Amino acid sequence: MRFLFKTDYDQDIRLFKHGGQVFWYGLLMALLLAAPFLVDEYVMSQLHFICIYSIVGLGLMLLVGFTGQISLGHAAFLAVGAYTEALLQAKGVPVFISLPCAALFSAAAGLIVGLPALRLKGIYLAIATLAFNVIVEEVITRWEGLTGGNSGLHLKPVEIFGVTLDGDAGFFYLCLGLTVLSILALMNLLRSPTGRAFVAIRDSEISASCMGVNLAKYKTLSFAISAALTGIGGALYAHKVSFISPEQFTLLQSIELVTIVILGGVGFLHGAVLGAAFLIVLPQLISLAKDYLPANVGGTGLQAVVFGLVLIGFIIFEPLGLYGRWLKVRTWFELFPFYRKGMFRRQKSYMKSERLR
Amino acid sequence: MSQVLQLLLAGVAQGCVYALVALGFVLIYKATETVNFAQGDLMMLGGFFALTSSVILGWPYWATIVFAVAAMAAVGMLIERLVLRPVLGQPAFTVVMITIGVGYVLRGVVTMIPGWGTDTYTLPTPFSEGVFQIGEVIFAVQQVAVIGMTAALCAVLYLFFRFSKLGVAMQATSQNQLAAAYMGIPVRRVNMMIWGLSAGVAAFAGILLAPATFVHSNMGFIGLKAFPAAVVGGFGSVPGAIVGGLIIGLVEAFAGRYMPEGFKDVAAYVVVLVVLLLRPSGIFGETAQKKV
Amino acid sequence: MSFFKVANLGINFGGVVAVDKVSFEVRRGEVYTIIGPNGAGKTTIFNLIGLIYPATSGQIFLEDKPLTGSVPHRIAQLGIARTFQNIELFEHATVLQNLLIGRHRHRAASLWQELLFTPAVRRAELAAREAVEQVIDFLDLAKYRDSLVAGLPYGVRKVVELGRALATEPRLLLLDEPSSGLNPEETDDMAFWIEDIRRHLGVTVLMVEHDMNLVSRVSDRVLALNLGTVIAEGTPAEVQAHPAVIEAYLGKAA
Repeated sequence: MRFLFKTDYDQDIRLFKHGGQVFWYGLLMALLLAAPFLVDEYVMSQLHFICIYSIVGLGLMLLVGFTGQISLGHAAFLAVGAYTEALLQAKGVPVFISLPCAALFSAAAGLIVGLPALRLKGIYLAIATLAFNVIVEEVITRWEGLTGGNSGLHLKPVEIFGVTLDGDAGFFYLCLGLTVLSILALMNLLRSPTGRAFVAIRDSEISASCMGVNLAKYKTLSFAISAALTGIGGALYAHKVSFISPEQFTLLQSIELVTIVILGGVGFLHGAVLGAAFLIVLPQLISLAKDYLPANVGGTGLQAVVFGLVLIGFIIFEPLGLYGRWLKVRTWFELFPFYRKGMFRRQKSYMKSERLR
Repeated sequence: MSQVLQLLLAGVAQGCVYALVALGFVLIYKATETVNFAQGDLMMLGGFFALTSSVILGWPYWATIVFAVAAMAAVGMLIERLVLRPVLGQPAFTVVMITIGVGYVLRGVVTMIPGWGTDTYTLPTPFSEGVFQIGEVIFAVQQVAVIGMTAALCAVLYLFFRFSKLGVAMQATSQNQLAAAYMGIPVRRVNMMIWGLSAGVAAFAGILLAPATFVHSNMGFIGLKAFPAAVVGGFGSVPGAIVGGLIIGLVEAFAGRYMPEGFKDVAAYVVVLVVLLLRPSGIFGETAQKKV
Repeated sequence: MSFFKVANLGINFGGVVAVDKVSFEVRRGEVYTIIGPNGAGKTTIFNLIGLIYPATSGQIFLEDKPLTGSVPHRIAQLGIARTFQNIELFEHATVLQNLLIGRHRHRAASLWQELLFTPAVRRAELAAREAVEQVIDFLDLAKYRDSLVAGLPYGVRKVVELGRALATEPRLLLLDEPSSGLNPEETDDMAFWIEDIRRHLGVTVLMVEHDMNLVSRVSDRVLALNLGTVIAEGTPAEVQAHPAVIEAYLGKAA
């Protein structure tokens, strides 16, 4: 077990707490940078998706895990990002302008959704975001002049300074770079007053406002930042799949995005990345398993069943998600042989009422 | 004028189904503060049970209703016992996600069962085709039956909650779990019963809906329309659910007639956003501030 | 110029008059305590000062500037901090983070600076930590610094909440029943701290409290409420001896 002897406040603030972290994250980064030369095209494609979903997951994690606001409408922000990118690219706007625009437009949409969030709590907020999702989807379907309706829009590969990133490597570095930037930005945010204000709102709104936190400002801000990240994810997603249509941005997509946060571990940035990786890998595992199952079980329903069971299983047996599981494993090794079973157990309340009586 | 009446009738009939699904949401929400996102899928499963008894086993309509409702009540209680009870007391959002998981499983499992699968089926009813006319308004027997059966179910539920011991215990549990537990009400068992009741109501809704949408593994998505109904009525209010369902049904019927194409599908959601902006806890919802 | 003044404050909850025409003035640097039986409207007055409830009538002034009509987070930014009767901490954060949120009103950087964590933000963070460490030292919280609040015993949480309020560097500190739920030893510590807060930090304290030992020990002046109205004001001894106060607590003598 590592003991950190702190002699300076800066040790609390810095991003890497000790040399071990620098080593392991450096190694991970080196492996990822080398990935295009090590793995085949198919794995690369999955890595693209993992990066893209990580960015979206990070956005949702900020909102759900750190600000405590529920959203079942993030597919709408994904759509705003994707369509902005597609339309701007068709107009010949270079990617280093269109990508920020995608983020900006999504953030604007996030502000709009954030406004009702000032008055709505819990389930009412969830329903409002859900309604927003359905309406955006319908608008995209009906506004054929702009979005092509159900026939969708096609995108060309990303082009930076005349270099086309159609190969796996180039686009991967773009996605990876943006993922790392998003993580750094969020880590910075979370170690400064804004991030703490978000956590304050999550844990006790009334107390937060008595500490001088402007609830309206920070809630909408959280929605906007979350939506902006999702918009960037959407723009990359649009390039990755090169064809977008309304049915990619349904409520079910929103729910899948939220499961990233739940499976990864609510309240940990690591969780967003782990959850995204899990969400991408799971369907691959299922299709592998299909060969060994009878025809009626291995049909279209299998994915839904496995997905549902995984979700239920995680919530019942590992509420802290994949990252929580990793923390436990790590603690077990660090403390060996002194790990106790109840170390991470949280106190259970009889029933936590949200009806505020 | 007759057209308006015609639309009223269609809207109320559709609204009744929304109301029944919304009722299922509200029953569970009031008791356990859980929003059951699988309510639509419970309805779907109820539809398939009805299909089994009516088409495969060839039972009469009334027996089909009894069978489907009873079977779903059992499924509902099973779900509560296996999935919901372990997470009692966890944050609401976590529990919502678990019901979403249940929904996924139900939709998937249905496609795996021989004889159900991914196909679309019709559920025969004794009042399938008939119409009659009063004045200029054409009444489809189907619609009238839906309205009548919904009204009957509401009356039964009202009497149940008002006069039966279990109904009163359920009300007490909804008001204050801890106090109910101190009064000797077995809260966990009552919660299980409420899930059973709610699933039974869902099965009933499924049977009423089946003639309009047919029975298939994705028919549960109509449950998403019932959300707005429950919210418009205020999530914790039983009469609110009925009124909310009717409002959404009517708005849809009129939006489909008088608004541009496509508006019908989002009308419910526009209504819910407007209601939430004006009254953040719905029309019948209780507004309370946290005490410090 | 008065430091803090409440004039004719009143609020009705659906026809029930919870606080009725309450007026008092707190002088700079004193400890002013509001006492009264349950339901007298003491905490409601705090919630009115914090603008959590909108007052039906009356005015609140800090240094002659009216607070009514403002918004809750402005109150904190003006230098009024409070604690809560039943503890409202940020449960899933550490003690240190809780206290750092107390520093929120001193935030100066913009969002973009924070996203990039510029040197200015780092300097501000270091300064914030230094200030918070002083509070930690003052309240003897060092051993709990990195523990999650959710796992701490009640007495410690109460102190953490006091620390969070102090971390805002308030001019006026509102303490809502600081001794409730504490054992005699902890209550004793609390009394020391309140005296120190007034003497060494120069913070004015407005307090709601039941424990008359604590009240007489630390308060300069006491206001007694019953059923939303003022029944007595004066030194602790005067108020305790006031017939109306005795009647409110013990009932009318037969």
